[in-house]
Amino acid sequence: MTQITPTTARPPAPDTLPTVEFAQERAARRRPAPLAWFRGDGPHILVFLIPLLFSFVLFSWRPIVDAAVMAFQQTNLVTPPEWVGLDNFATVLQDPLLGTAVLNTLYFAVLALLLGYPIPLVVAVLMSEVRRARGLFSALAYLPVVVPPVVSALLWKFFYDGSPNGVFNTILGWVGLGPVPWLSDPDWAMPSIVLFATWSAAGGTVIIYLAALVGVAPELYDAAEVDGAGVWRKVWHVTMPQLRGVLLVTFILQIIGTAQVFLEPFLLTGGGPANSTTTVLMLIYKYAFQSSMGGDYGAATALSIMLAVVLAVFSAIYFRITKSWSTT
Amino acid sequence: MTVVDRARPARRPRQAADADRGILSPSDLRRRPVRITTRLTHTILLISLIVVGLGPILWLAKSAITPTQDTLRQPLALWPNGMDWANLAEAWTRVEIDKYFLNTVIIAAGVWLVQVLVATTAGYALSVLRPRYGRIVVALVLATMFVPSIVLLVPLYLTIVQPPLLGQSLINTFWAVWLPAGANAFNVLLVMRFFDSLPREVFEAARMDGAGPYRLFWSIVLPMSKPIIGVVSVFAVIGAWKDFLWPMLVLKDPNLQPLSVRLPQLQQFIELDVFLAALAIATVIPIVLFVVFQRLFLNGAGMGGAVKG
Repeated sequence: MTQITPTTARPPAPDTLPTVEFAQERAARRRPAPLAWFRGDGPHILVFLIPLLFSFVLFSWRPIVDAAVMAFQQTNLVTPPEWVGLDNFATVLQDPLLGTAVLNTLYFAVLALLLGYPIPLVVAVLMSEVRRARGLFSALAYLPVVVPPVVSALLWKFFYDGSPNGVFNTILGWVGLGPVPWLSDPDWAMPSIVLFATWSAAGGTVIIYLAALVGVAPELYDAAEVDGAGVWRKVWHVTMPQLRGVLLVTFILQIIGTAQVFLEPFLLTGGGPANSTTTVLMLIYKYAFQSSMGGDYGAATALSIMLAVVLAVFSAIYFRITKSWSTT
Repeated sequence: MTVVDRARPARRPRQAADADRGILSPSDLRRRPVRITTRLTHTILLISLIVVGLGPILWLAKSAITPTQDTLRQPLALWPNGMDWANLAEAWTRVEIDKYFLNTVIIAAGVWLVQVLVATTAGYALSVLRPRYGRIVVALVLATMFVPSIVLLVPLYLTIVQPPLLGQSLINTFWAVWLPAGANAFNVLLVMRFFDSLPREVFEAARMDGAGPYRLFWSIVLPMSKPIIGVVSVFAVIGAWKDFLWPMLVLKDPNLQPLSVRLPQLQQFIELDVFLAALAIATVIPIVLFVVFQRLFLNGAGMGGAVKG
C-alpha cells in the first residue's frame, strides 16, 4: 500500500465516502460481475483480455478441439484432411507395440509409486521434526528438482555405466555387489529409469508434504498425548489422517504424471533395450515425429486422446471412491 | 493460505513451528532416549540428503574440471590427479556452448515476457475489472488444466507449422516457443488469486482520483503485485530452461537450439570431460536462481498452490 500513496491514492477522508461505498458494495453484491464504477469500461476490458484470448484461442482451446477432430482424420499437411472414421483408433489398437507400451507405462507407474510415494512422505515427516536449519534440509531435498532434467538424465546415464568402473557399480563394488547392467539389460532398464525419475521429482513432493505437516494443529498432538499415545501412534493416528487430503491428491497427480513419462526413457534408453522401456508417450512421439513416411498425426492424436480419456475416467472413479475418505 | 502469504517471506509458519510443537512434545524431547534417537535420525537424514541431493551436483562440478581419463578410471576419486580448467573454456568456445547458452537465455526471456504479460493483463481484467462474461473465461481457462498436455502436442505442432492468418511456418523461429508459453492456465489463476486478495478500497480511491483502467493497471495494480510477478517470473525462467520436448520439435536448426535440446546430441561427438563441463555450465543458472529465490520454491508457491487449489 505504501508504494502507491505518493502518486495517486490519497486516502479519502473517512466521513465523506461511506454512503457511496456502501452503495457500490450493495450493487456489487447484487450483480457480482461488473462493479458499478466500471460500467462503460467494456472495450478497455477487452483490450486487457487480448493477450489471454490470443494465446488461449490459438495455443490451447483450438488445439484441444483440433485434437478431438484430428483423431478421426487423415492429415498430412499437403492435401486437405480427410475423414477416416475410426481408422486411426484401429491402427493404434492393432499396433503390436501398443500392448508393450501400455504394460511398460503401467510397470513404470507401479514402480514409481512403490518408490516415489513413500520416500518423500517419510523424509517429510522426519524433516518436520527438525527444529534448526530446516531450510537447509528442504533446500537439499529440492536441489535435484532444480537441475534441468536433460542435464540430470545425461548425468545419470553416465552414472549407470554398466562396466565395473561405472559410478554406481563402483559404489556397489565397495559393498561387494554388482556389477549391475543397469540400462543395457531389459530387466534392469525400467527400474533404473524409475530410480532416476524418483530422484529428480521426490523433492517437490517433500515440499508439498512439509507444507501440509506444518499446518497440522499442535492441539491434536496435545490431545493424543493426554490419551496416552506414543510417538508412533501420534504419527499413525494424528499425522497421517491430517495429511490424507494432500496424500490423496499427490497420489492421483503422480499417476497422471507417470502415465505421461517421456523424457526419462527417451534420453536414457531411447525405448530400448528390446522395447522394454517404450512408454505410451514415446509411442505417440514415434507415430507423429519419427515415421519415415511423414508423421501419422491421426494415429498420434488418437492414441493421445485414448490416454487422456483413460486418465480422466480413472481420476473420476478415484475421486468418487476417495471422496468420503478425505478429511479436507 | 493465500498466495500473498506464500509469496512473502514465510515468517508466520516458521514462527509457529518454533513456538509450538510438532509430533514430538517438549516433554518427549526432554527424555534422553527420544532426544538421542531424534538427533541420530536427523544426522542420518542430513547426511543422506547431502549425498543424494547435493552429491551428483558436486560430482558434476568436480568432473567438469577433471581430465577424461581420470573420470573414466576412477569416477569417484575425491581429488582429481590433474585439474583441467580448460574443459570449461573449450566447452564454452569450441563446442559453442556460448551460442546455445545465449539461445536458452533468449528463449527464457521471451517466455518470461509472454507469460508475465498474459498473466498480469488477464488477471487484471478478470479479477479487478471483472466483466460480466468473466466467469465463462475463467471456467474455460480452468478447464484447460484438466487436459493432459500430451493431447495438445500434435495439434500445437501443426498450428506452428501452419499458423492461422500468417501464411508462414513458425518452425525454426523463437516465436514457436515463446507464443504457446502464454497459454498457461496456472499462471493466470495464480495472479487472479493474488489480485482478488488486494484491497479493493485502493482501486476505488484511485478511481475516485480519476485514474482510468490503464493508469490503474500501470500505476496501482502492477506496483502492488511485485511478489506475484516475481513468482511467475522465476517459474517461467526455470520452466523455459528445463523445457526439452517442445523446443526439440519446433527448433530443428541447431543454431537456434537451447542447451537442453543440444546437449543430448553433443554427447555423441565431444570428449567426456568437455561434455561434463557443458552439463555443468547448463546447470549453473537454475541453481543460482534457486539459491537466490529459495523461498519461492520452498514455500510451495508453485506446487503447493497447484495441489491445494
